[in-house]
Amino acid sequence: MNGLRTLLLASALAFSASPSLAQPAPLPAPARAPAALDEHGQLRDPLLQTRFERITKELRCLVCQNESIADSNVDLAADLRRQVREMLSAGKSDDAIFKFMTDRYGEFVRFAPPLSAKTALIWGAPFFMLLLGGLIIFRVVRQRSRMPLDE
Amino acid sequence: MWKFLLPFAAFVALVVLFAFGLNPNRDIHALPSPLIGKAAPEFTLTDVLDPTRTVSTAALKGQVYVLNVWATWCVACREEQEELLEIARQHVVPLIGLDYRDDHDKAKLWLTQLGNPYTAVPFDGDGRTAIDWGVYGAPETYLVDTHGRIIFKFISPMTEEVWEKEFLPRIAAARSGA
Repeated sequence: MNGLRTLLLASALAFSASPSLAQPAPLPAPARAPAALDEHGQLRDPLLQTRFERITKELRCLVCQNESIADSNVDLAADLRRQVREMLSAGKSDDAIFKFMTDRYGEFVRFAPPLSAKTALIWGAPFFMLLLGGLIIFRVVRQRSRMPLDE
Repeated sequence: MWKFLLPFAAFVALVVLFAFGLNPNRDIHALPSPLIGKAAPEFTLTDVLDPTRTVSTAALKGQVYVLNVWATWCVACREEQEELLEIARQHVVPLIGLDYRDDHDKAKLWLTQLGNPYTAVPFDGDGRTAIDWGVYGAPETYLVDTHGRIIFKFISPMTEEVWEKEFLPRIAAARSGA
């Protein structure tokens, strides 16, 4: 029982200990000012801007991997933000934008991948661990309650 | 019995996990591409060395080719340059060098100074073609078969070992299956 917890911890350790990918040097972004954007580079339509902010927070920057493309400063994130802006301006749905990204980068690009056979383990693991922990506590408590009191 | 066996099984599982997870040859940043087995995204771009010439996936259709994503700002691309030149000398497949988010003049200078391993050098200055190909860094190297499908993707600088073990057998298989 305890071994499994160690195993999960070990896997978390193994993943976090990986060397980070060298980031490419920043390049000046090409000066483009489409009509759909205001002088701050935000979408003129506030509704689209809200959707833009939500969508880019849900997409992983594949260079840094723990940052969303909304937060990341790398070039790829800037390119993907431009892509999202353009698709929103073109009237594309959220689903269409997410599909565009997963078609190219895989499910990993989403911080919250949709529940499917492949992602069942990710979504199921917390509940499984809760159940496991509960079971351990239950057994320990029952065992202790059976033990004779020393004093 | 269980008291002994269970921790032991957990220990063995842990050893296996570590052997896999800490394997120095495994790049955990290398993500599986969803494009493997799918049609290579189409592009028509101009050539870095000759802006009057266009490079397109349509013109490459029917032949096995390698697409290498590179840029002058990419340090690791310099590392693989020697190997790419060696591959070019072998004349096995056309080597297309997608110049990703780069400066046109710097790219030209790089190719004249370090040598040009590429059959064609499509210029993807704004990185749009790279997004279509699912590029998230450089260098990345793709193998496309005779049906225009991506059959393999390698992320990291190309080495002789990777070329001989991963690419050459797949190129041979793609040709015999065509």
